[in-house]
Amino acid sequence: MCSVQRTIRSLDRGDLRDALALAAAITVVGMSFGALAAAAGVPFGLAVAMSVLVFAGGSQFLAVAVVAAGGAPLAAVAAGLLLNVRHLPFGLAVGENAGRSWPARLLGAHIMIDEVVAFSRARPPERAGLAYRLCGILLFTGWNVGTVVGLVAGAAVPDPDAFGVDAAFPAALLALLLPSLRGADAKRVGLAAAVLALAATPFLPPGLPVLVALGGLVLAGRPARGSG
Amino acid sequence: MTWTAVLVLAGGTYLLRLTGILLRGRVTMPERLERLVDLGATALLVGLVAAAALTEAGGFSGWARPAGVLVGGLAAWRKVSFVLVVVLAAGTTALLRLAGIP
Repeated sequence: MCSVQRTIRSLDRGDLRDALALAAAITVVGMSFGALAAAAGVPFGLAVAMSVLVFAGGSQFLAVAVVAAGGAPLAAVAAGLLLNVRHLPFGLAVGENAGRSWPARLLGAHIMIDEVVAFSRARPPERAGLAYRLCGILLFTGWNVGTVVGLVAGAAVPDPDAFGVDAAFPAALLALLLPSLRGADAKRVGLAAAVLALAATPFLPPGLPVLVALGGLVLAGRPARGSG
Repeated sequence: MTWTAVLVLAGGTYLLRLTGILLRGRVTMPERLERLVDLGATALLVGLVAAAALTEAGGFSGWARPAGVLVGGLAAWRKVSFVLVVVLAAGTTALLRLAGIP
């Protein structure tokens, strides 16, 4: 328990506050997932298991929508997995933040979502690992509490779009990304990635446009001297 | 939705997540590759932001959301606190929708 207390003491207050803001927003989205699952006739236990075991909001919404629209469960799984392929390159990039010991890595893998990746990358290296776990555990908790509340409240859950929650997430990611966009090479790659993702979105199934954005790397050029 | 579907989606997603982390621990990357992997994560996240800010189901999302993201982004650029960035973005979009802008 000593190490738990040490961990709590070494938590950065700002990190905790920022992660709690994200957790509050994800709880609202979790509620809307629970409400959608209830409306689509997904059994309570199955919807809860989805949020606990998959913990990837986009793929959960997509899978439920595919089945609700009459698609086969296999098609729902394929669509969800395609959306989650981006986690592999994320792991390559933030593997050290996710954990170094085996138990830490096994946990770190499960709590890896876009916001956690961006959150840990925005922290200095000495705090990045702790920030990753803090953010991941809080978001996991918020998502699952939200799911249960949404399943119980059903149609009584208001549309999160009415509160602008759909704008909160890209804005939060953008805020977390700004420090990594300082270099000229990152600016070039980022701009190309945005253009590619937007151009591909009307034509490709969800998940692929973001992978197409990786094509922005052709503008990476050579590393600038001194800035790595 | 079936239990099999949920378990396969969960297992597959977990494997995708774990594979990247384990590869990172296993392979010593030359500095040049490490830089590309890092820029790749930036590209993926920027792609996600762009798509999430501007599109909905393959089409344009309407003006309220990108306006909120823009306000939040400007606030972040001006070094406003993260919590306020989130509140400003959501608040802008919510107000615009209240005013009838989708």
